[in-house]
Amino acid sequence: MYSFDYYKATSLTDAVQKLSQDDDTSLLAGGQTLIPTLKQRLAMPTTLVDISRIDDLDFIRLDGDTLVIGAATCHATVATSQTCIDHIPALANLAGHIGDPAVRHRGTLGGSVANNDPSSDYPAAALALGATILTTTRELSADAFFTGLFETALEPNEIVREVRFPKPSRAAYTKFPNPASRYAMVGVFIAQTSTGPRVAVTGASQAGVFRWTELETNLAQDWSTSALNGLSLEGDTMLSDLHGDGDYRAHLVTVMAKRTLEAMA
Amino acid sequence: MPKITMTVNGQERSADIEARTLLSSFLREDLGLTGTHVGCDTSQCGACVVHIDGQAVKSCATLALQNEGREITTIEGLANPDGTLHPMQAAFHENHGLQCGFCTPGMIMTATDMIKRYQASGAPLDEKAVRAELEGNLCRCTGYQNIVKAILAASTQMTA
Repeated sequence: MYSFDYYKATSLTDAVQKLSQDDDTSLLAGGQTLIPTLKQRLAMPTTLVDISRIDDLDFIRLDGDTLVIGAATCHATVATSQTCIDHIPALANLAGHIGDPAVRHRGTLGGSVANNDPSSDYPAAALALGATILTTTRELSADAFFTGLFETALEPNEIVREVRFPKPSRAAYTKFPNPASRYAMVGVFIAQTSTGPRVAVTGASQAGVFRWTELETNLAQDWSTSALNGLSLEGDTMLSDLHGDGDYRAHLVTVMAKRTLEAMA
Repeated sequence: MPKITMTVNGQERSADIEARTLLSSFLREDLGLTGTHVGCDTSQCGACVVHIDGQAVKSCATLALQNEGREITTIEGLANPDGTLHPMQAAFHENHGLQCGFCTPGMIMTATDMIKRYQASGAPLDEKAVRAELEGNLCRCTGYQNIVKAILAASTQMTA
């Protein structure tokens, strides 16, 4: 690692102030992506602002028909939260399959959505459930929040505060983990929401997490695996690497979508 | 250099360290607790797992400074002060749950955390669950067979 300064933020206001003092400051949440990145010298921040110990960011509560989760809530907490299991079991299940148990004790929801790794799981949940991301300055729909590979609508001094997941009438997530890294080669989250079916795909596209709107349209007509009939995705818009080329991933999306629908049947 | 204070195996420990010091480096190099192993340095192998406030965490994926004031338990802190092995250590011994032993500290710290969580939730811990829970701990000798056997044996002996 390159050398850096460490600052433990006492509040979000404190963190925002520290961030705005220097362009090369990075936020540190659970650190399960950032620390390995720093170890490989892929980033060179001058200061790390640690927001993982701001207490009022670590909560799960039900607000009417919306599950609200604080940004610093770790995956293990979401996975085992009875509130989450009772109201959005697919989300608890997703959180319980991120990384490994030790990673789940530290990795956070806010860190995951803010990083928007194309292979991460939470962005698929946020997008398919039609979540709202509350930041230090505004509210953003998941559709507006995720803008591309490792890209979000977050401004440099803006911090994710909480994510609000509207309760779907039903939902499921299945992923095909890379056999070695266990990251999602493809993950498909499908939800029946108050505005209709929503399908989000992670792991596959060069543009990061995306909604498969053609499948959503078909599902609105016929909620069954036959909604997939005749649908396919373009391989040349998919990620292509030594683990699988674009055509493979495009095909895998349809396979995982089918499995997700079967899991919901 | 910033100062860090934390409780390690029941003792308060302090040192002046560089901000970039990983918890694993702090334990090994500043405190001399070399039972915590560093295998991959990419946060995948789990040889460095310790307990932070009672939860299994990869000590190579957290800065020492992030753990100010926290309670750390390393493999050195598991056995009784009189030398009696922790039931998990005894089970690894009895079931030949190791060959070269490099991954063993992390395996044991992961396994004790695993059993504690399963006992707390009341969920059954069977072979399939143990194998899934070992996702973040790599062993290149044993084929995991005796590790799983040891963990299952210890799960009947450990009391929360």
